[in-house]
Amino acid sequence: MAAKPKLHYPNGRGRMESVRWVLAAAGVEVSCLGWRRGEVPVVCWSALSPLGCLEGAVQGQTQFDEEFLETKDQLQKLQDGNHLLFQQVPMVEIDGMKLVQTRSILHYIADKHHLFGKDLKERTLIDMYVEGTLDLLELIIMHPFLKPDDQQKEVVNMAQKAIIRYFPVFEKVLRDHGQRFLVGNQLSLADIILLQTILALEEKIPNILSAFPHLQEFTVKISNIPTIKKFLEPGSKKKPPPDDIYVRTVYNLFMP
Amino acid sequence: MAAKPKLCYFRGRGRMESIRWLLAAAGVEFEEEFIETREQYEKLQKDGRLLFGQVPLVEMDGMVLTQTKAILSYLAAKYDLYGKDLKERVRVDMYADGTLDLMMMIALAAFKTPGEKEENLALVVKKAKTCYFPAFEKILKDHGEDFLVGNKFSWADIQLLEAVLMVEELDASVLSDFPLLKAFKTRISNIPTIKKFLQPGSQRKLPPDSHYVKTVRNVLQL
Repeated sequence: MAAKPKLHYPNGRGRMESVRWVLAAAGVEVSCLGWRRGEVPVVCWSALSPLGCLEGAVQGQTQFDEEFLETKDQLQKLQDGNHLLFQQVPMVEIDGMKLVQTRSILHYIADKHHLFGKDLKERTLIDMYVEGTLDLLELIIMHPFLKPDDQQKEVVNMAQKAIIRYFPVFEKVLRDHGQRFLVGNQLSLADIILLQTILALEEKIPNILSAFPHLQEFTVKISNIPTIKKFLEPGSKKKPPPDDIYVRTVYNLFMP
Repeated sequence: MAAKPKLCYFRGRGRMESIRWLLAAAGVEFEEEFIETREQYEKLQKDGRLLFGQVPLVEMDGMVLTQTKAILSYLAAKYDLYGKDLKERVRVDMYADGTLDLMMMIALAAFKTPGEKEENLALVVKKAKTCYFPAFEKILKDHGEDFLVGNKFSWADIQLLEAVLMVEELDASVLSDFPLLKAFKTRISNIPTIKKFLQPGSQRKLPPDSHYVKTVRNVLQL
């Protein structure tokens, strides 16, 4: 059985959170220990599946391990050992490779788990949506590292960008095709990253979706996909919003 | 006959330059529409050609493409510059993504105050020498091949050359500790399509000057 992916990052959201989301959301090839001999393994959504899976059945998600960066020494060790291509994290050990650069990691996982559309045109559309959403998510990622005086102003800025630049586009896409998913009538990287971003924004601005009924429906529907629903429950590897400890850890790790 | 790709951006490098490089290296002729006024930009937005209200914009193959990395990935896939399988593809992606980060630092520095700009550009040169160039020197050393990935010319090679030349504009001696990168630079520069692009009169753009910065600030109301 293939080793689980291993994520290297501080214990918090940052740039790694999107990777956690996509791994968690991706349906997995079976790690189910109980299939009968000679049968073709299928994705096992719950330990109570009709195949009679035994305990140890993976409930649909891609499992992954995490090594949390807490000290500068740990980071130095990774850098000195040539484990970080450009001396930076996120880094994900997966399939015998050490992947860096968030977007490259996300693309690889999406490709592997069929979350990138059915052809080049769909792929490019998904890519465009993901790139735009990641620009918005970037504001959220950087927010805790702004000076306290600038933080409130930035919440206003992110709300404006979301409501004026990004949400209307996705609202229109969903309204125009009337489908559950953004592209090609199937779950893709674009849906996962958009949901992540919407939920992160809602933590700061609870009514941010008030003018976007299709996005509200989208949020509910995508949240209810079994793998994502599980990720949204307590006890998952989803990280809480950044707190002072996280901010301090990051400063200590990365400031010269 | 397919229409030529049409690029819409300011008359300068910015986020469009890597796209120009990729098209040129692939031997694809392209047209350019230069944004010079706020009115032009607002018209683009009103016409719905800009997905998130932003440029770069590339119209080709019946599609209206925005978001730099999405455009670059599309072009790399279309012109077979993305490796032969998923494992090669992710390496091309990582290398290209890293070099793009470095080049974006240079592009953004142009918009800082003179003191900050100098500081930022010095940091770029430092990062190039300590993080990026050593990584690529090692990659070339480890496999001893002519190209970064899979012994075949790819998007990663084009972008690394672009980044090397850009950093050399800031510090001409930056490759002095990287003999393999030096050889790489010569080798890739001599690929016919790239050689042509490096000659005067091509669509390659100049480093950002004060006129360019002023135009962008004015159009984007920065």
